[in-house]
Amino acid sequence: MTTASSAEPTRRDFLFVATGAAAAVGGVVTLWPFISQMNPDASTIAAGAPIEVDLAPIASGQDIKVFWRGKPIYIMNRTKKQVDEARAVPVASLPDPATDQSRVKEGHDQWLVVIGICTHLGCIPIAHEGNYDGFFCPCHGSQYDSSGRIRQGPAPANLPVPPYQFVSDSKIQIG
Amino acid sequence: MSGPSDYQPTNPAVKWIERRLPIFGLMHSSFVAYPTPRNLNYWWTFGAILSMMLGVQIVTGVILAMHYTPEASVAFRSVESIVRDVNYGWLLRNMHASGASMFFLAVYVHMFRGLYYGSYKEPREVLWILGVIIYLLMMATGFMGYVLPWGQMSFWGATVITNLFSAVPYVGDSIVTLLWGGYSVGNPTLNRFFSLHYLLPFVIAGVVVLHVWALHVAGQNNPAGVEAKTEKDTVPFTPYATIKDGFGVSCFLLFFAWFIFYMPNYLGDADNYIPANPGVTPAHIVPEWYYLPFYAILRSIPNKLAGVTAMFAAIIVLAFLPWLDSARTRSSRYRPLAKQFFWIFVVVCVLLGYLGAQPPEGIYVIAGRILTFCYFAYFLILLPLLSRIEKPRPIPNSIADDVLAKYGSKSAVSTVIVLALAGALFAGSAQNARAEEEATPPSQKWSFAGPFGTFDRGAMQRGLKVYKEVCSACHALSYIAFRNLADPGGPGYTAAQATAFAGEYKIKDGPNDQGEMFERPGRPADYFPSPFPNEQAARAANGGALPPDLSLITKARSYERGFPKFVFDFFSTFQEQGPNYVDAILQGFEDKPPAGVTIPEGSYYNKYFPGHSIKMPKPLSDGQVTFDDGSPATVAQYAKDVTTFLMWAAEPHMEARKRLGLQVFVFLIIFAGLMYFTKKKVWADAH
Repeated sequence: MTTASSAEPTRRDFLFVATGAAAAVGGVVTLWPFISQMNPDASTIAAGAPIEVDLAPIASGQDIKVFWRGKPIYIMNRTKKQVDEARAVPVASLPDPATDQSRVKEGHDQWLVVIGICTHLGCIPIAHEGNYDGFFCPCHGSQYDSSGRIRQGPAPANLPVPPYQFVSDSKIQIG
Repeated sequence: MSGPSDYQPTNPAVKWIERRLPIFGLMHSSFVAYPTPRNLNYWWTFGAILSMMLGVQIVTGVILAMHYTPEASVAFRSVESIVRDVNYGWLLRNMHASGASMFFLAVYVHMFRGLYYGSYKEPREVLWILGVIIYLLMMATGFMGYVLPWGQMSFWGATVITNLFSAVPYVGDSIVTLLWGGYSVGNPTLNRFFSLHYLLPFVIAGVVVLHVWALHVAGQNNPAGVEAKTEKDTVPFTPYATIKDGFGVSCFLLFFAWFIFYMPNYLGDADNYIPANPGVTPAHIVPEWYYLPFYAILRSIPNKLAGVTAMFAAIIVLAFLPWLDSARTRSSRYRPLAKQFFWIFVVVCVLLGYLGAQPPEGIYVIAGRILTFCYFAYFLILLPLLSRIEKPRPIPNSIADDVLAKYGSKSAVSTVIVLALAGALFAGSAQNARAEEEATPPSQKWSFAGPFGTFDRGAMQRGLKVYKEVCSACHALSYIAFRNLADPGGPGYTAAQATAFAGEYKIKDGPNDQGEMFERPGRPADYFPSPFPNEQAARAANGGALPPDLSLITKARSYERGFPKFVFDFFSTFQEQGPNYVDAILQGFEDKPPAGVTIPEGSYYNKYFPGHSIKMPKPLSDGQVTFDDGSPATVAQYAKDVTTFLMWAAEPHMEARKRLGLQVFVFLIIFAGLMYFTKKKVWADAH
């Protein structure tokens, strides 16, 4: 199309480059709506608004599972023994070091709130199972302690703590 | 035609593949080195335009299918949620819906071009027949796609078209049951139509490959209708045809974008914004504009089987065209009689299309019969006869001679005029289907009208108040969530205001841990609650009439604009029939019906309601709602404000649509300009 022999750019070359550039820019910009549509739509985002959970019915040593944004959230009312176990472990020995205090809200130390999705490949760990009085993932044998921290198995990280706060002593808002 | 490729790759990787699969050579010989007649005019760019449209339809369709639910009870709502909630969903849906019309428009131009220049003649018969097959597949695909939104026209279109097969003797009813998968059009029908609507475009793409293959074997026809003989007659496909097609495509995109961004509902039917109702048929069943000529043929024959046969025959006859027209001269340029009759035939098709949208009564029926006769006579009598008696003018010796002769572009101009007129006539006639005896609602001045129109925020907020205090007693607004009140382009509330507004409502939720339903304050994600728990309760409370959901009311109502107004509407982007109608209904109540009009007990007289007898009592009176911003508390003000609010409710992304439209137009105009000059530069050394 363009003549390779001409040493200097000509008006003709400029026109071709400009047209090609316009086509390329137009094409790339046009791609955006086609990609963006894959993201969650407005109703999905709206449905992911914070939820409130009443903790009053959960007795010590029990846990409940609630769903927020399609994810199971474990809310565990830990016994004194579970809390003590979690705090007795030397933090440096953990695969993903974190203190138990950093994973709960101050003053509500018995309440553990974690996203119940194994950090290995996304299965749901079972509460109150495994060797650490915490969670056991049946898929590939990852074991979490009573603070939701990874202790053994292929999972690389602790169970994440979702954003939440106490709105009263017996009520939390997740999200 | 192109023979073995002389393609010699230099890149070692390309060489390696080429030895094992000569795909680069195939591409090179088909789309680069392929010799194309040098005298092709712009009518030949429609092949590229059609390829692009097929691509657009497949890409947007695959995406829409990611969000659409083919289930009768939620299909309509899922289309609305695409338009309202999915990122750029409104854009993708407009592209796909208008894209279907653009695809057909382009295919009609392509077909008429083939007809005019004799592109079906030896050795291109198979090429032409493949084209007819593509056209048939397109019709089937388009029809099934139109069913998917599951509106009133979708449902009744599906019913009417599937019933065509009941005309088959003996087994007709069994065929129809088979098509439906039930005793009537229903969920199984919708499911299979969705499946087939997804499948057929790929079948089309396959046949298009055959079509292009056949084209590249026989070589392109050209306006002179003489075969290319020497090198001087042709130019390589790339860059010459590529750049010319590119310019044609960019011009077509401008036209396409006008529909996407400014006239998305111009070619649609307002009734399709009413969810499918198996109990009520719309007053006029009108197919999409591209089927209208065949629909007119169907209706003009008073026998069921004969009518259906004639309709299908009208398409099938095209496949026999290469043998019906045996004239040796291809191009109508050199056939003085055939040329004239071609244009008459174009007019016949356009008029048939117009009649297809008219009610089947009186003069329309007679005209339909005459034109149906003309349609078939053109193929079965005229063309065979002309090829025997017509004395063609001398054709040029070669394409190169034709180029030197510089044939005038008079015919191109007249074609443009005829096509523009035809398009406008079709488009407008598709909207014609309304009872005519009613007074036409007066055109109001709307803030959201025109290509730069935006919603008047104050009017929307006042309108919301009117809806909440008056309309919501009977009418649902179930497609609008409280969160939408804070959306950009909406009534302009903050997220906190929308949350507070939601909190004033009681929403039924549950079941709770005890298994019981309970009420809680509304949240932004909740939708406006409906005043009645179900349709039966709504009817029982309203004298048997169902107060319609108002979410889409301004798009679901329309009235006839008439010729020539609808032609101007295309350019002025007038789409405010719905708002005018809603406004007029709210103000059209009269205490005493005019003399000679009796209104049944429990109904009220409304000047603008079809049939004048409306079950809704006069909803608004002066002073009923007070505004804090000092706007007058009059019915006229209420009507205008609530209509503005409802227009936003029907199309919450209208402002985004027009804004993006402006950007797209600026880009496309610049791009088309660049393409034009590039094309001129490239072709400069070919002449």
